[in-house]
Amino acid sequence: MQLWLIPILPLAGFLINGLFGRRFSKGLINAVAIGSVVLSFAWVLKTIFGLGELSAPYTEHYFTWIQSGIVNIGCDFAVDRLTVVMLLVVTGIGSLIHIYSIGYMAHEGGYYRFFAFLNLFMFFMLVLVLAANYLVLFVGWEGVGLCSYLLIGFYFDKKFATDAGNKAFIVNRIGDFGFSLAIFYMVKNLGSLDFATVFQRAPGASEAVLTTIGLLLLLGACGKSAQLPLYVWLPDAMAGPTPVSALIHAATMVTAGVYMTARSWPIYTHAPAAMDTIAIVGIATAFFAATIGLAQNDIKKVFAYSTVSQLGYMFVGVGCGAFSAGIWHLVTHAFFKALLFLGSGSVIHALAGEQDLRHMGGLRKKTPWTFLTMMCAAVAIAGIPPFSGFYSKDAILLAAHQHAPWMYWLGVVTAGMTAFYVFRAMFLAFFGDYRGHEHAHESPPVMIAPLAILALLSLVGGFLFNVPHFLAALFPALAESEDVSLMAISVAAGLAGVALAWLMYVARPGMADSLAAGLRGLYTWVYNKYYVDELYDAAVVKPVVNGSRVVLWKGVDAGLIDGSVNGVGARARNLGSVLRLMQSGSIRSYATWVLFGSVVLIVAMVAVEISLVGGAR
Amino acid sequence: MRDYSLFSFMDHILSIVLFTPLAGLLVLLFIPSSKPRAIKLWANAISLAGFLVSLPLVFNFDHTRDFQFVEKAAWIPTLGATYHIGIDGLGLLLVMLTTLLGFLSILSSWSAVHERLKEYYAFFLLLQTGMLGVFMALDLLLFFVFWETVLVPMYFIIGIWGGPRRVYAAIKFMIYTLIGSVLMLLGILTLYFQHYRQFQLYSFDYADLMHTQLSPAVQWWVFWAFFVGFAVKVPMWPFHTWLPDAHVEAPTAGSVILASVLLKMGTYGFLRFSLPLVPDASRNQTVVGIMVFLSIVGIVYGALASLMQKDWKKLVAYSSVSHLGFCTLGIFALNPAGMSGSIIQQINHGISTGMLFLIVGVVYERRHTREIAEYGGLLKVMPIFTLVFGLAALSSMGMPPLNGFIGELTILGGAYQEKVMWAFWAAVGIALGAAYLLWLFQRTMLGEVNEKNRTLKDLNWREIAIFAPLIVWAFWIGLNPQPYFRVLDRPVAQIVERVRPGYYAAHRLPNPLEPAAPQTQAAR
Repeated sequence: MQLWLIPILPLAGFLINGLFGRRFSKGLINAVAIGSVVLSFAWVLKTIFGLGELSAPYTEHYFTWIQSGIVNIGCDFAVDRLTVVMLLVVTGIGSLIHIYSIGYMAHEGGYYRFFAFLNLFMFFMLVLVLAANYLVLFVGWEGVGLCSYLLIGFYFDKKFATDAGNKAFIVNRIGDFGFSLAIFYMVKNLGSLDFATVFQRAPGASEAVLTTIGLLLLLGACGKSAQLPLYVWLPDAMAGPTPVSALIHAATMVTAGVYMTARSWPIYTHAPAAMDTIAIVGIATAFFAATIGLAQNDIKKVFAYSTVSQLGYMFVGVGCGAFSAGIWHLVTHAFFKALLFLGSGSVIHALAGEQDLRHMGGLRKKTPWTFLTMMCAAVAIAGIPPFSGFYSKDAILLAAHQHAPWMYWLGVVTAGMTAFYVFRAMFLAFFGDYRGHEHAHESPPVMIAPLAILALLSLVGGFLFNVPHFLAALFPALAESEDVSLMAISVAAGLAGVALAWLMYVARPGMADSLAAGLRGLYTWVYNKYYVDELYDAAVVKPVVNGSRVVLWKGVDAGLIDGSVNGVGARARNLGSVLRLMQSGSIRSYATWVLFGSVVLIVAMVAVEISLVGGAR
Repeated sequence: MRDYSLFSFMDHILSIVLFTPLAGLLVLLFIPSSKPRAIKLWANAISLAGFLVSLPLVFNFDHTRDFQFVEKAAWIPTLGATYHIGIDGLGLLLVMLTTLLGFLSILSSWSAVHERLKEYYAFFLLLQTGMLGVFMALDLLLFFVFWETVLVPMYFIIGIWGGPRRVYAAIKFMIYTLIGSVLMLLGILTLYFQHYRQFQLYSFDYADLMHTQLSPAVQWWVFWAFFVGFAVKVPMWPFHTWLPDAHVEAPTAGSVILASVLLKMGTYGFLRFSLPLVPDASRNQTVVGIMVFLSIVGIVYGALASLMQKDWKKLVAYSSVSHLGFCTLGIFALNPAGMSGSIIQQINHGISTGMLFLIVGVVYERRHTREIAEYGGLLKVMPIFTLVFGLAALSSMGMPPLNGFIGELTILGGAYQEKVMWAFWAAVGIALGAAYLLWLFQRTMLGEVNEKNRTLKDLNWREIAIFAPLIVWAFWIGLNPQPYFRVLDRPVAQIVERVRPGYYAAHRLPNPLEPAAPQTQAAR
């Protein structure tokens, strides 16, 4: 089926634009970048239709990559139904965001660079989802991280942007540290990295081994998917251009952790402790990030914390054994969160770069299409039936209730907060009076069209794409339960959130400020994101940096080691003044050294001969 | 007749590779100093020739055999020393690294050096022969002579063409390595006389000395004698403090050769001599524990120290300490994965750190400062240079699908098989590696353009030509490391089976030394 074409097309786009894009016209750059991704999407569709039912994975082997000792790793791609879902999301949403970027990036410098990096990202992301073993997956995993770094720091002359890029990369490295140890653990205990072999051998391995592997993989997933305690990079990552936030930091890359853990289900189902940990990390992150989202004023920051929170839901799904529900939420989230980001991009574009909600307001008349489409995303994420988010969130919450009722209740509270902060942002941006100074204008059709398609998907994506049904044969079945009252409670929580937001930001605009003033301490704490960044800085970054300078380099190197050979050093300096005389005639001094060496040689030989042979007698 | 001449060329190919630089040096001495261009052209031509004549080694190498292209002739019969050279897969890779990097570093000096050109290039050519000899010699006295030969030109390259504190750095380098080599010599002589006691035959020959039966006590002392020599060269923590000084003061080409090739003499020494000649001492738990401890300290320490540097070149120098820690860790994992990973990582370090030093050289030639704070925003004025630096940094931090990833992964895999904690700490070093390189990249390449850098010129064609082969090589190892693993299968198996007899059988691995060993083809 030529699976390799799927990632190679964007790679070709990257190479062409990267090497020659500087001399290309914008039209040509667009044609290469968007053409390659759309062709890749088309090839995905053709592959899917060509593969039919896909009751068993379809694998292609290209070449042996590393074979050393027991390790035998091929460059292999495989497609099963889970891959199909991911491929469609990545290339489908990817195509839309590429098209949107034509309009959004029209006035930015580094146009070709932007599209080249975006294409490179598509390449690595597709390698990640097509991989048939953990090492090829890891290549994609590292690659998307690199592209994320490059695109977060796209405005490379801004220090905050490059700082954010570094932070993303280094925090992800901490996660990758876990991932790579998991890989070694797998090689040692399961003897392979191929998905098929590992999953076949997993049931035979001890629970301790599988739990360790599962937890190490989870550490990797926490880095990539921005879960507690490694979520700190994602909000900062919003320093990148908004299409990047939509594609990489909402719809695709950050869901790689969810994909990877769901993919590894045969390991997790035999490691209940690891699975519980996933669920707990997920629900804690979902709740924690949602509370921060309540108080943010930067529109992109609101959606960033929302992404962290929604990713937490997906982990809850995976951790509760409802793998397909997690993936379902991954899909619907890709629709509505990409739309929210692209929509906020449209707002930012309209307001010439303004991102602060306090300087917006009343935009629904000036940017009606943006408003309408974003509203579709808002109702979807709020979990209002029958829109897409409702289906997937409901499936996760039901599974959570079966797993542990407290998780369900925490999830419901989070759902209420989600509805509140999203509608808070919507009301602040689009209702009331305009509070800024820019002359707002609606975005061009090339940006609106992707918004419209995503809006449609956000509305109907839930019942149009029944992901759990599609994946039913792949994952272990979960006991069926249709509890209408549980569903009603979560919907009610969402509606309550919307109503509260309406009350506080439209009906009684002064209420929010007086509430914030009333809860001064709590508000400041939440507004400053619980000071987690400051805590990490004081507890980790500063000690490492200062410790290295003062203790290691200045202390140990210069003081201890060099100090202890100081006697030699002092003599060296004296010797140096003698040797300096020899520098004029280098050939002569060379001869001197040879002579010196020979003397040393002879003395040493005699010494050893005496000691050894003499000793033997 | 033609066949015969070709045949004899291949018979002496190794000597030809070894002495091409030396022959070039002799001719160079007759070029008058008043003709700098002729000197440069000749030095570049001869080093290119040195690389080209080494290419047949690759094409004629047979990975199913041990030492190849062997030449043996009488040298000092009374001492039992012979001119005995030959290479196996380990030697092949290091010889190729030397011939390529030797050429590239001489090419990189074109516009960097203006004084005493003749001596400068003469020392480089002498250095070249010395290093090649180290990687080829199968006679321990011959090895020692080449080992010492390397010391002298390097001393002068640092001491004459170096920076402001060059004399201090050169002497520090000299004293450290001299102490190391004196002890190493004592080790060699111990082996030599032990062999005489057992066989009544004076021989420095590698194969002969392997037959000597050594008591554990003798092995123990010989190991530590060798250790000082090799550990200083690598350099292992805490013998590394000569390295940052030497690198900072050395001219660019000197740093490149020092990092890319010279340090590998230490790791090569462990693999070729310490492990096979004193196997019982090498697998001693205490020895392994100490070696691994020093390696891991080196990895983490080097990375943390890099984080703190304000001098671009010193940062790269400390990163070498970290990377070489991976190499020694792989060696003392004493298993096939660790060792082959270590050797591949030695090549990788030659490529990536060589590039990083060349990169410092490029900006130093333009701005005459290595202060990181003096730079910033170079992406705007030097985009091609930024791309090259980015690739070098990615290669150095082990980003797939570049070469560093393969080396680190295999070493960590080997370490993991022995002790989980070894891999754990080494993996910490990998995470830190990203930190110091990204931070360096941010401070130099990104941000606002400093006024003083606004007029800097991007890479010219000569500079691109220097980086291009290294970048291609980095991708090659990253994407298709198979040929490297195959070439290393046998030499690594020889060492592993010598240190831990029966290792392959005990671990149910196909032993590359057994002729009919079928290649494992995992069913797919």
